[in-house]
Order: sequence, then C-alpha cells, then structure tokens
Amino acid sequence: MVVSLSVNGEAVEVDADPDTPLLWVLRDHLRLTGTKFGCGIAQCGACTVHLNGQPRRACVTPLGSLDGYDVTTIEGLKGPEADAVRAAWTALDTPQCGYCQSGQIMTAAALLAAVPSPGDGDIDAALAGNICRCATYVRIRKAVKTAAAALKG
Amino acid sequence: MAKLGLESPSRRAFLGGTGALVVAVALPLKSLAQSGAAKVLAGEAGAQSFAPNAFVRIATDDTVTVLIKHIEFGQGPFTGLATLVAEELDADWAQIRAEHAPADATLYANAAFGPIQGTGGSTAMAVSYELMRKAGAAARVMLVAAAAKAWSVPPAEITVAKGVVAHEATGRSSGFGALAEAAAQEAPPAEPALKTPDRFVYIGKDMPKLDTGGKLDGSALFTLDVYRDGMLTAVVAHPDKLGAKVASVDETAARAVPGVVDVKTLGSGVAVYAETTFAALKGRRALAVAWDETGAETRSSAEIAAAAQEAARGRGALAREAGSVDEAFKGEGTILQAEYLFPYLAHAPMEPLDAVIARSEDGIEAWMGSQIQTLDQGTIAAVCGVEPAKVAIHTMLAGGSFGRRAQPTSHLAAEAAQAFMAAGGTRPVKLMWTREDDIRGGYYRPLMAHRLRGLVAPDGAILAWEQVIAGQSFLAGSPFEGMVQNGIDPTMVEGASDLHYAIPNLHVSVHTLPSPVTTLWWRSVGHTHTGYAVETFLDELLERGGKDPVEGRLALLAEEPRLAGVLSRAAEIAGWGRAPGEGRAFGVAAVHSFNSYVAQIAEVSIEGGVPRVHRVWCAVDCGLAVNPNVVAAQMEGGIGYGLGAMLFDEITLEAGGAVRQSNFHDYRSLRIGEMPEVEVAIVPSTENPTGVGEPGVPPIAPAVANAMRRLTGRTPRRLPVVAAV
Repeated sequence: MVVSLSVNGEAVEVDADPDTPLLWVLRDHLRLTGTKFGCGIAQCGACTVHLNGQPRRACVTPLGSLDGYDVTTIEGLKGPEADAVRAAWTALDTPQCGYCQSGQIMTAAALLAAVPSPGDGDIDAALAGNICRCATYVRIRKAVKTAAAALKG
Repeated sequence: MAKLGLESPSRRAFLGGTGALVVAVALPLKSLAQSGAAKVLAGEAGAQSFAPNAFVRIATDDTVTVLIKHIEFGQGPFTGLATLVAEELDADWAQIRAEHAPADATLYANAAFGPIQGTGGSTAMAVSYELMRKAGAAARVMLVAAAAKAWSVPPAEITVAKGVVAHEATGRSSGFGALAEAAAQEAPPAEPALKTPDRFVYIGKDMPKLDTGGKLDGSALFTLDVYRDGMLTAVVAHPDKLGAKVASVDETAARAVPGVVDVKTLGSGVAVYAETTFAALKGRRALAVAWDETGAETRSSAEIAAAAQEAARGRGALAREAGSVDEAFKGEGTILQAEYLFPYLAHAPMEPLDAVIARSEDGIEAWMGSQIQTLDQGTIAAVCGVEPAKVAIHTMLAGGSFGRRAQPTSHLAAEAAQAFMAAGGTRPVKLMWTREDDIRGGYYRPLMAHRLRGLVAPDGAILAWEQVIAGQSFLAGSPFEGMVQNGIDPTMVEGASDLHYAIPNLHVSVHTLPSPVTTLWWRSVGHTHTGYAVETFLDELLERGGKDPVEGRLALLAEEPRLAGVLSRAAEIAGWGRAPGEGRAFGVAAVHSFNSYVAQIAEVSIEGGVPRVHRVWCAVDCGLAVNPNVVAAQMEGGIGYGLGAMLFDEITLEAGGAVRQSNFHDYRSLRIGEMPEVEVAIVPSTENPTGVGEPGVPPIAPAVANAMRRLTGRTPRRLPVVAAV
C-alpha cells in the first residue's frame, strides 16, 4: 500500500505494509533515526513525533492511518519553541545517555506551543509519558521553564 | 535522504600494534569518512593529522580529537576525559572533539581491570586522570618543539594558551593545525610535566558537554541507528523461563510473513531475519517454539526468596569478623533483628540491547554499545572463526546501561555473531532486542535476602552487628571468577563486610545460592542491597539508643573523615535539625562506594499509602571534581534511578518459573512527576578523582526508608515499597 504524507515538510510516498508503525517507517524506510524505539507499546515516549502538530507515539501509529498527515520528527523540529527548548537543554546540559531526549524535546516543544507558561503540574502532566532512565527529570523541568521564560522574552 | 551507515575508518591500523600507551608514531590519517550527522563520532578531521599517542589526534583544521577508551552512555567520559587532555594541551574548548577509541586492549586496557578494555565500577575517571593528562601534555611538548624549530627560538620562550602557540618576543603565533605535520616529526617525551592544580583552566570547571548537541537534533548515532547496505534485521525468540533451550520450532508461519528472509535456531533462541524491523517482529510473533526446560529455573521467585531467607537464618561463609558477636550478644542491652528481601531487578536502559555485525575486507566489524570491548571482541572472533585482532569494534553511544552492557559472558556479542554466521555470514545483520526481550531476558540484579541482628547497650552504644547475606553470585563461573576470593563473591558483601561504622563486634557472612536465572551487576552492584540494609538497620539501632541519625552516625565515623564529611555537608545544606514540612519526615543515609562518598537526606510524605519524595539534599566527595556539573548530574540521575527501583521495581517469576513482567507498563520507571527536587553539594577535595556513575544510587532508598519509618513506625523490609504497601 502506498501512503502519501509529509515528513518534515517534504512530500513522501511510502510503499509498505499499512500496519507498519510510523516509527519503523521513519527509521527503516526514510532513515530518520532520531526517533527512537524504547518500548513499542506507547509507554515510554522515546518515539514521540508530531502529527499535524500534536505529539504522538510513532510506535503505535500505523502507516495506513497517516495518509495526508504532516509528520514532524526531531530532525525537522523548527520554530521558536524548538529553538528555545534546544537552547535551554544545551544551557543545562540536560541529556545523559540522550536516547530518550528526542522524545522529551518533541513533547516539550508541543507543550510550550500549547501552554506558554507551564507550571510544575503542566510539565509533569505533559511529560508523564516520557521516561528517562537516566532520570534527567530535574533538568528537564528546569529547562522547560527556562525555555518558557525565553519565549516570553 | 542521507544514508546513515557508517564507513569504516581503519583506526585500528594506525593505532594498533605498537604495544605502548604513548606511541612514537604519527601517521597521516585518511579523513574519517562520516555521515554528516555523526558529529560526535568523528570530528571534522582534515586530510593530515598528528597523532602523538593513542589518545589524541590533531588535524590540520585545528580540531583536537580525543579518543575515549570508555563507553559513553550518559555518565560523561567523553567530556571528562577530553577535559584532561584539553587542560594539559592548553587547547581551546571549542576545538575539542571526542570519539570512542577502537577495541584494542594493548592500547586501551582499563588499569583497574587488568589487560581488558572496559568500563565499569565507576573507574573511568580514576584510571584516566593521569594517563589522559600525560597524553595532552605530550602533544603540547611536541607542538612547542615544532614551533621552536620553525621560528628558531628556544622552546622555553614559547607559550600555549587556548589553542594558540605563541612566541611573545618575536610576535609569532600559530594554531595547532598548522604545526601538526611538523610536530609529528618530534619525539614524544617520556614523562611530560603536568600542571599543578592551581594552574588548571578547565579541570574543576563546568565545561559544556561534548555530546549534548547531537542528542538534541537526532544526529547522535546509537547502535540502533546503524544501517549497512544489504543489512538484515534479526530478532530472537527467547524462552519465558530463564535457562530453557529450544526443543523444536515450527517456522512455517514466520517464513510466510512478507519480508522475512530466514529463520535460524541459535544457542539462545530462534532468530527471525527480515528486510525490515517490522517484518522481523511480525515473523517472530508467528513462530511456534517448544522449549526444553531441563536446565531452566522452574521455581517461582517466591520460592527462590523463601530459600534465600531460610538460608540467611543461619550463618554462611565468613566475610568479616571483628571481636566476638556471640560474646557480645550475651551482654546487657536490647537485641534488634530484621530480615530484608530485595527482588530481582532489570536494568531497563532506554535503548534495548542491539548490535550490528558485518564482514570487513579482512575480518569482522561490529557496531555495539560495547562495555567490555576485549571480551566482546574475543567472543565475536571465536564465533566467526577469525583472530580477535581481525574484529574491529565500533563502540557506539549507548542508550544507558546501568551495568546491563557489561557482560562477563559477552552474551549479546555472542548472540549477534551467531545470528550473523547462522544467516550465512555475508549480509550484515542487526540484532535488536525489544523491551520484552530486555525485561524478560534475565541478567538481573540478583534477588538477595539479608538478616541482621544488633545489640544496643543501655547507654545507647551499638556493641554488636551480625549480618547474613544470601543470594546468587554472578561472578562465579564467569570470566571474572578470579574476583571470588575464598568462596566469597565480594560484590555480594561490599558495603557490609567493609562496614565503616565503629562497632566493636562484627560478623558478616554470606550464602551463595546458585540458580539458572542469569544475574548481573546493576548500577552500584552490592551496594544496591547492602546500603539499604546497613543504613536502615543502623538508623533503627541509633533510634533505639536515643541518638540523632546524623550525630549518631558521626560519632561512629571518627576514623572515616570523608564519609563523616559528606554526612555533615548534607546535614548542613538540608538544615538538619529543623522541623520538616507538615506530614513530612526527613531520613538520612551515607554510603561509601567505588571510592566515592555520598550522603543524602530525603524529605518524604506518604500520600495514599505511597511515599512521595519532595526533596533530596546530596553531598558527594569524589576527590577532585573534574566537571562539577557532570558530577551533580550523576547524583541527580543516581537518585532517580535508585528511587524508581525502590518504589516500583521487581522482576518476579510465576509458579513454574516464567518471568511475569514484560514492558514498562508492569516494570515501572520513575516518571517526571515522581522526581524530587535535588540539591547537590560537592565537598572540595584535592584527592585524585574517583567515580560518580554509581555512588549516587545507594543512599537514596535507605534515606527514604528512614523517613518512612519516622512517619509510619516501620521500615520497609521488602522492596519495592509500592508493591509491598
């Protein structure tokens, strides 16, 4: 089955089993490897991408459901929220192993686009589905707040 | 779309075969073929490079690439070891790059392990502190010598600062790159002089981490991100019961899945090979495998736990004795007893295990998060039938480890190499474990039982301490069996047999209980359970004796100034002595592990029966803190890792032996809302640096438990807490 979608602003046609999770389409077919595999059952958030601007788990999103969708991955994440998030993550040297951080950043950028001044409760709720086994959570929380402050300028 | 496959720089060829740590060769290097994304792995190397030794490469474009002999999985060796080189080289931080060194034990052995290249025991900084500084200093001497010749000035008049070699009197100056070729002709100094600490520019400062950038835009490459032309992806069906073997397999349905290329039985299970990951996973689901349980663990974890607890009720092999506990227990006072049970724990690194194996021109290439390269190299060589020197390992950034990738048995390398060979040994093979393979696949922190008995004299003094530990040894029967001394695996008793508190009568013994369940070191190893048992039981003895938890500990640490030092510092930053918030309590614990000292104080409440940790104050003495920010990050992470396990985690075996848990839904991980605020104080020290990857873990669980006892009157004797509540 051929599915037409947009990935990071480029039109893409993917010919694959429609059950194939978007995660493996991105990685195996498009070689966009920044989106990570962590659990395969939407429990860890390492595969978070944006579908039409909303954070979604690529590991449980079948290709067949994506015709006409806009997909943004960590490689294509742009804009003021993305810049602010990356700057704050850099300033705090937030990542340790780094494997979950694509997902953390995708979720954080989406949060800031929706809630410009998130409190602890907003941050905890938005990022509850993004596991970091290195437990960089202290810095993630701080970085989200730093990014929010920077966006308000 | 750019192909993210990595070409193979022949780094072995240029570094190998010299048998010396600092080698007198400097060869022009081919530029590292690289993916544009592989910033971390390969600097922007120019066509000519100056490699004064096995650790430093200076390119004509001024980049300085530091080869890191330890795997980077978040604990910071890329930045830490590069800092040491940059310091003595007087480089500019912006020109520093880091990449993993190739697998070559003659050049990159871990001095703490013997003739083996590997990472573990929080040793990377400790064993590299002098070595890497000398590597940087040697390169500096050679650059200066080259400049002196070119400018016809005395070397002593030349200065180097921030990557600029200069001669003030003549106004000459140069970057490193322009001098690289000439410097390569200079003889490396045998014993280059090192800076005194007062002249440090980078050491002790929060230099920005070298691997951060690539982890924010998806360009950092992990093993899973390696794609090779013609590569097959393989997943292996593993048994539900640890130790079971394949009896028979019906592969018809698996082979019928479009994209599935092959099915092969390996020693560890049944491999399904496919053109895509999804097809491989689908194919594996379609397999019907019958397992031979002859060698499997068929007891439930409840039965294994009961056996361990029963064993711990009698003394085992003596690990430490001082005075006579038997005499002491006859004396006046109160005897307290406690039994503890610690579950099997999975490490659950974010990136499940994986490896890519391919044939190279004259041997085998492997891409993997190899933590003990020398063993993995030898294992792959044996399976593939080539000499170890013909196996090039590209150590990749790894998505965590926490001990999981440090495999004395090299089981992952063995499975990957077997998968490669079974499929014909021609097409590259990526072996990928799923989270289910990871959670259900064994190599757990062993289940452990402790029994403690202590005597508190009428005046409050703790006069006797008896501790029996029972569980499984993962060193026995492994290539690291040499660490087992007189029948005692030191990793089972560390933290107990070397009890730091001055208690006159002490008896520590251990029972080693075999099982087919595969077990392994888990971040901070024996201290994961001894730290908890010792620090919670001591807290109760102190309470019974009417002592303050901090003052009481300090009184027993007169001969342990560094442990006392972190305890005092943690108490200071926590404001120990003040009242906690309403409904909250403080708990404290201090543990010496891997030559570092950490004390933590936790502020805890109980909400809906579940402990909530609001804040943690942590003091660490790890000698000289090379990068304080990395040290603090490791403490924060260690606290989160230890807290998650204490609260939520256990692997259980059902009746019959099958592992019950399978993924993050039933093997819980700490989530952001459960992470306490953490304040870290680093105790100033002029001692040589020691590790920080593990030592942040052990104190958190007992600190929280001690706070819980103040709230509920009971110490959790069985972990995890939430399952037990």
